[in-house]
Amino acid sequence: MIDEKAHSAGLAAHGLIIMRLSASKLTVERGGRIVFSDLSFALDAGASLTVTGPNGAGKSTLLRALAGFLPLTGGTISLTPAADATLAEQAHYVGHTDALKSLLTVTENLAFLAAMLDAGHGGMDVEAALAKVGLSHAADLPVAYLSAGQKRRGALARLLVAQRPLWLLDEPMTALDIASQALMAQIMAAHLAQGGMIVAATHARLGLPGPELRLGAIA
Amino acid sequence: MKNAWNVPARRAERSPLFALFIRDMRLSRRIGGGTSLGVVFFLILVTVSAFAIGPDLALLGKIAPAILWISGLLATLLGLDRLFQADHEDGSLDLLLTSRTPLELIVLVKCLAHWILTGLPLAAAAPFFGLMLNLPANQLWSVTLSLLAGTPALTLTGAIGAALTVSLRRGGLLLAILILPLCVPVLIFGVAAAGAGQGSIVPFATPFLILCALTLIALAGAPFAAAFALRQTST
Repeated sequence: MIDEKAHSAGLAAHGLIIMRLSASKLTVERGGRIVFSDLSFALDAGASLTVTGPNGAGKSTLLRALAGFLPLTGGTISLTPAADATLAEQAHYVGHTDALKSLLTVTENLAFLAAMLDAGHGGMDVEAALAKVGLSHAADLPVAYLSAGQKRRGALARLLVAQRPLWLLDEPMTALDIASQALMAQIMAAHLAQGGMIVAATHARLGLPGPELRLGAIA
Repeated sequence: MKNAWNVPARRAERSPLFALFIRDMRLSRRIGGGTSLGVVFFLILVTVSAFAIGPDLALLGKIAPAILWISGLLATLLGLDRLFQADHEDGSLDLLLTSRTPLELIVLVKCLAHWILTGLPLAAAAPFFGLMLNLPANQLWSVTLSLLAGTPALTLTGAIGAALTVSLRRGGLLLAILILPLCVPVLIFGVAAAGAGQGSIVPFATPFLILCALTLIALAGAPFAAAFALRQTST
């Protein structure tokens, strides 16, 4: 429980309570095709945005654009108050791949990610995070031996070991069983309660309180 | 208000770059072979060249620096295509891009790990393989020193190619085609330094210092070029 206290103290220390993510008139083009255009939304601290839409509507593209992996054809994304870190450096991106090295153990993977992603902000320690996502028993197993759902839980554990205000989650519930889905919903709710922000693309029901952004299909 | 920095460290805090270095060393050890495979490949190339040239000891001793350098160059290319590709495929590269550590330094640390696992063992093994090629004893150290000074330039230049071909499935061949022409200056001065022993017109220092300069240029330029390429291809 000490860890959770430290977690919220860390967020508060960063003044994240008054954070705001705003995107205006976003247009992204991939391979000469406009994926979406003139997309605007704003997100306050403690709020979430669920991005839905049929396959190919641009959900993943939106998340990758927010993370700074894709150049914007038009529009602006800003995070206020302005910090010396870029938006990408304050965001956790969880994509379709789990970004775990299959030859390293779960603990080694997370210890690396904690060092790489957390700039001393005081995320949970690795054992606590693994206990939280229910992977303690597999902590010393190479990731190659884990099931798809366990790998996913390992990938989601990095949200806890490194502390960042904005979570960009692309189908976070993929391969998770019912119990893990409930657990993940609880972790996301705790993050929002501490003043974090979540943008999640999904087909499943995540149980996030925030508004829904529905992207249309491109014919 | 309780500050996060006042919370006692609950885990051994490590610098991001050191953690990356440890991870890359661990990964290459667990993939199997790693260091030894590069040296064995080097040995095979040297042996095959010796068989192809035949039992003319005088000729073999004369061209030994060139054989060692060409073999070293090819052995360095081995595994270079996976330098960033493995991270690209499993999504780790995306996370490295969201790190607060500059991508240029990340590239540099990955190159350092690659060089320690390939270039350094090659330089260490070179004098023994030189004996197999009837290399004059007084040139053994010059070959070793030239490989030690020159192979970092090969790794760093190769990193640019590895970054450019990161998203290509069969990028290895393209990488070799892109990189080998760029390695020609290193090869020229490397062989010149390695071959400079007793009785040669060129002193050892001249080509060796140019070789060091080439490595320093690669050290200064390659991380920026590779990081730029990685940022472009991540899209």
